[in-house]
Amino acid sequence: MCDTCGCNVTPAADTHSVEVLKGLLDANDHAALHNREHFERHNVLAINLMSSPGAGKTSLLEATIEALGEKLRFAVVEGDLETENDAERIRKKGVPAIQISTGSACHLDAHMVHHALHDLELDDVDVLFIENVGNLVCPASFDLGQNANVALLSTPEGDDKPAKYPVMFRAADLVLVTKSDLLEVLGDFDPDAAEAGLRQIANPAPLYKLSARTGEGMDGWLDWIRREAGSRQ
Amino acid sequence: MHELAICQALIGQVVDVAHEQHASKVSDIFVRIGPLSGVESPLMQNAFPIAAAGTVASDASLHLESTPIVVRCAECSAESEARMNRLVCGACGDWRTTLVSGDELILQRVVVGEVHV
Ligand SMILES: Nc1nc2c(ncn2[C@@H]2O[C@H](COP(=O)(O)OP(=O)(O)OP(=O)(O)O)[C@@H](O)[C@H]2O)c(=O)[nH]1
Ligand SMILES: [Mg+2]
Ligand SMILES: [Zn+2]
Ligand SMILES: [Zn+2]
Repeated sequence: MCDTCGCNVTPAADTHSVEVLKGLLDANDHAALHNREHFERHNVLAINLMSSPGAGKTSLLEATIEALGEKLRFAVVEGDLETENDAERIRKKGVPAIQISTGSACHLDAHMVHHALHDLELDDVDVLFIENVGNLVCPASFDLGQNANVALLSTPEGDDKPAKYPVMFRAADLVLVTKSDLLEVLGDFDPDAAEAGLRQIANPAPLYKLSARTGEGMDGWLDWIRREAGSRQ
Repeated sequence: MHELAICQALIGQVVDVAHEQHASKVSDIFVRIGPLSGVESPLMQNAFPIAAAGTVASDASLHLESTPIVVRCAECSAESEARMNRLVCGACGDWRTTLVSGDELILQRVVVGEVHV
């Protein structure tokens, strides 16, 4: 008998115990499934970008649009709840960006994304990026219906982040070490250590180094998108 | 702090159960949380009264049971306990494992009272 599972709580005469066995995030997961059906029906590849604040999500999107904008039709859902800055930066590149403006400020959930989808013509989209709120903790718990989770780890943050934020990095299908142009200046970020940290949490995801600023290493990422998008057409 | 959002989802489910049972009060709520769910038990306890205020569960106790992290090895098939940031096989050390338990976030049961039929 124990205190935690409640087997020793004796019900009073007018009380009774009801077995539920339901996931706390059932409602979110249901909405995520619905989003996934939307994406499938319209042959859209949906990518959830997650990272700490300022790791370079929007910069990566700008560089990606510049490189592949002629070949693939992009759209972006922006999770920056405080400002329109990121959405404006994307629109300047000629790509539709929907700003999510309601909800808690620390993560996106499937309902918010679903709501944003109604403002998008998914038939005209090949790849939908969802830029999640900059936060290495909260977004990891919420399925949005994405086809892939991409986690960014910028070099100034340190190579120990997979070990410190295992829930986030365990969920990643691809890890991008961003701002690789700073590797030399920093001197103490070891990409191999970051990769080892990822394996320690049993994640086989590939890890690419790149710099959105210099363009170094972008090819691996761009090939990955083309491959993932191609496999859906 | 996403624990508040998760507590609100929890309260939604608890209110539904109370309604189905024609109960006007909920006294105890039992939830199983795995460390890899990304939800912190102390933060859940802090967020709970805020989410529960003004509902049938406003006086309920939230009981959180932490589940162990267990992995199964793809290499040697052994099952072993692991730590959050070290999910390698306890028997052979290989990192190619899958999670058997440790990421659950489940409403297990609810104790309701003052049933009116
Ligand atoms: N050196 C260097 N700086 C970069 C690179 N990519 C982005 N930055 C800089 O990092 C800062 C943050 O970049 P953003 O792209 O806005 O980052 P973000 O992840 O979208 O930020 P939030 O949405 O606020 O979380 C900016 O000052 C960028 O210029 C890079 O490859 N190299
Ligand atoms: Mg941004
Ligand atoms: Zn949060
Ligand atoms: Zn093994």
